Amino acid sequence: MTSDDPRPPPRRGFFGALGPNELKGLFWQVLVVGIAVAVIAFLWSNTVTNLSARRITTGFSFLGREAGMPIADSLLAYNPRDSYLWAFVVGVANTLRVAVIGVVLATILGTLIGISRLSANWLLSRLAAVYVEVLRDIPLLLQLLFWYVLMQALPAARAAWRPVEGVFLSNRGLILPAIPLGSTQLWVLGTAVLGCAAFLVIQRWLVAQQMRDGKPRPAWPFALGLIVVLPAAVSLSLGVSWKIEWPELRGFNFVGGLTLAPEYFALLIALVTYTSAFIAEIVRSGIQSVPRGQWDAASALGLRRSFMLRQIILPQALRVIVPPMTSQYLNLTKNSSLAVAIGYQDVVSVANTTLNQTGQAIEAISLIMAVFLTISLGISFFMNWFNARIALSER
Amino acid sequence: MTAITDMPDLPRPARRPQIGNPVLRWLRTNLFSSIPNGILSVVLLAVLAKGVISFVQWGIANAVWLTPANDSSACKAVRGLGACWAIIPEKYRFILFGTYPFDEQWRPALSVVLFIALFYLSTRRALWRRELAYLWIGALALISVLMWGGVFGLPFVSQDRWGGLPVTLILATFGLAFGFPLGILVALGRRSKLPAIRSLSVVYVELIRGVPLVSLLFMASVMFPLFMPSGFNIDKLLRAQIAIILFAGAYLAEVIRGGLQAVPRGQYEAADALGLSYWRKHRLVVLPQAIRHVIPPLVNTFIAFFKDTSLVLIIGIFDLLTTAKTAIIDPAWQQFSVEVYIFVAAIYFAFCFAMSRYSRSLEATSAR
Repeated sequence: MTSDDPRPPPRRGFFGALGPNELKGLFWQVLVVGIAVAVIAFLWSNTVTNLSARRITTGFSFLGREAGMPIADSLLAYNPRDSYLWAFVVGVANTLRVAVIGVVLATILGTLIGISRLSANWLLSRLAAVYVEVLRDIPLLLQLLFWYVLMQALPAARAAWRPVEGVFLSNRGLILPAIPLGSTQLWVLGTAVLGCAAFLVIQRWLVAQQMRDGKPRPAWPFALGLIVVLPAAVSLSLGVSWKIEWPELRGFNFVGGLTLAPEYFALLIALVTYTSAFIAEIVRSGIQSVPRGQWDAASALGLRRSFMLRQIILPQALRVIVPPMTSQYLNLTKNSSLAVAIGYQDVVSVANTTLNQTGQAIEAISLIMAVFLTISLGISFFMNWFNARIALSER
Repeated sequence: MTAITDMPDLPRPARRPQIGNPVLRWLRTNLFSSIPNGILSVVLLAVLAKGVISFVQWGIANAVWLTPANDSSACKAVRGLGACWAIIPEKYRFILFGTYPFDEQWRPALSVVLFIALFYLSTRRALWRRELAYLWIGALALISVLMWGGVFGLPFVSQDRWGGLPVTLILATFGLAFGFPLGILVALGRRSKLPAIRSLSVVYVELIRGVPLVSLLFMASVMFPLFMPSGFNIDKLLRAQIAIILFAGAYLAEVIRGGLQAVPRGQYEAADALGLSYWRKHRLVVLPQAIRHVIPPLVNTFIAFFKDTSLVLIIGIFDLLTTAKTAIIDPAWQQFSVEVYIFVAAIYFAFCFAMSRYSRSLEATSAR
C-alpha cells in the first residue's frame, strides 16, 4: 500500500455545494419545465387572442343560462327550460346509470364466462373461448352501432316481442315490469342495507370469538334477523305496498313498467358484452394462478367444496384478479362516452351539445375531463382499498 | 429372507383400458363425463344447432349475392328472411377507400398491401435489426408518396379525400410509431430521480389515462384551432393523429414502465460501474431488456389502439367505420346496414385476431 496520494478534491460547480451530477439534473429539470411552461404560455396567449377575436367570454357563467336542449331519457326530472348546470348534472347521472349497472352486469357475465372457459365440458369451454375472441377483436364502437341498428330494426310497439309474460322488446326499447319506488319503499330498502352492514360487523365479531376459543358459532340467525325479519317488520309497520306494475300496450305505446330506451339498452348491451370478454380472461387467469396443490391440500383436510372455494381458492385468486379488474371498470366507465355516437345523452353528449350551442369549448371539455377524472379517482380509491384488504398479509 | 416392507408391492394403477371407438371415448370424456355435464352438452348442442341453422338460412340459403348495379329490389324482397350481401360488391370501393378518386384507388390499395407487408416483416424475430427501422422509414415515405401523389406523374390527392382502410391503418401506425418513443421518454421520466420531470410525467400520464379518448378527440377537433395563432390551421386528420399519438404515448408509457421495473437492479449498477452515461445506459443495457419483458402486453396495447382509431368517427374523420356508416346512408340500401357492419367487423377482426395470435405465440416462446 504505497499509494498514499490524496484524492483530488471534488470539483465544485458554479453552485458551490452542488456536484456535477446535481448540476446536470438541475439543468435538465429547468430545461424541461421551461419548455413545458413556454408551450403552455404560447397556447394560452393564442387562446386568449382567439377567444377575444370570436367575442367568446370565458368563464362558467353560461352554466346559469337556459339550456334549451331536449334530453329524452333521464333519471332526474329535466325539461329544456332548465339551466346548463342542471343539464350537466342530468348527463352525469346518465353516465353513472349506465356505468354502475354495466359494471355489475359485466362482472357477473364475465365471471360466468371465465369459469365456463375452464369447464370440463369441451363444448362449453370452446363456446366461451369463441365468445371472448370474437368480442375482444371487434371495436366497441362498431359493436355499439351494430346493436343500435338491431334495436331500430325491432318490430313496432304493437307487434312487440314478448319473450316472457310482462316483458316487451320493441323499437321503443325494453319494457320490464317494475315495482314503483316511493319514499316508504326506500326506507325499507335502506333498513335492509343497514342490516347487511350490521350483519358484516357481527360476523367479524363471531369469527374473532371463534379464533379465541375454537367454538363455531352460527351466523345465520343474525343474517335472518337483520336482513330479512327487520326490513319485513319495517315494511309491515309502515304498510308499504310491493305491488308489481305490469306494462300494458295502450294505443301506440306502453304504459307502466320500467322502460329502457333503445339507446340506453344498446349502450348497456354493447358495454356489458364487450367488457365481459375482458373480465372473463382476467377471471380465468386468476383461477388458473392458484396452484393445483392448494386444491389438493384443501381436499386432503376434508374441507367441504364450498368452504374450500370460499376460504382457500377465492382469496388467492382475487389477489390476481382485482388489480386488472379495476382497469376494466375504469375502461367501461370511459367507454360509456361512446354514447354520443348513438345519441344517448350522457355527460359527453350533453357537453358536446352545449359546446355547439354556446361555443364555450374550453369550459365544456374541462367539465368532461373533471367528471371523468373524479369518477376514475373514485373507482381507483375504492379498488385500492379493496385490494389492500385482500392483499397477502405476510408474516 | 425377504425384507418386509410396509409398502406392499402393488401393481401400479393401470390406465383405464382403452376400449371402444375413439370418437365415442372422446365424447364420453369431453361431453358426457357426468349426468349434469351430459344435460348441459345436449342443451348447448340444441342451442348451437338452432343458431347455426338460422344463420345459415339467413346468411347463405336465402341471401342475395349479386344484383344489377344500384338496384336493391331483389334484396328488399327477401328482407328479414335473408341477408343482402349484394350491398358489399355494390359499396366495397367506397367502404375501403372512401372518396379517394375512383381511378386512382390502386394507390391506397397498394398502400394497404405495403402496410400489411410491413407489419408481417416486423413480426419476424430474425429481422429485428437496425435495417428494419430503415425499412419502416422507407416504406412510410413510399406510402406518403402513393397517398398524396403530386410527383412522378401521380395526380395530387389532398388528405380531405382520403378515407376507409388506409386512414385507419395510417392513424394506427403513425400513432404507434410516434407514440412509442414518446412512451419511452415518459416512462423514463416517471422513474427519474428529478422531481420536476417525474411530476410532469405523472401528471401527463394520469391526465390522459383518466379521460376518455372521445374527449381528447373533441379537444383536437374543437379546441386545437383556438390554441394556434390565428391564420394557422392544421388539417383535421393531422389533429386527430396528434390526439391519438398523445393518447398512445400515455398508455405505452405505463406498459414500458412495467418493463423497466422488471429489469434487475444489478443491471443498472453494472452499467453505472462501466461509467456509461444516463442515455447510453438506458439505450444499451436497460431498455433492450425492459422492452423484451413487455412485448406481449405491448402487442395487446397495439390491438386496443387499432380498435380505438375507430373513435374518430365521432369527430367525422373518414376511417373504415365512418365510410361504412356513410355507405348505408344511401336510401336504396339503408335497410341493409347489418351486412355492412358484419363485413367491416370481419376486416377489424382479421387484423386484431392476427395480432392476438402473434402475441400468444410470443408469450409461448418467452415462457419456454
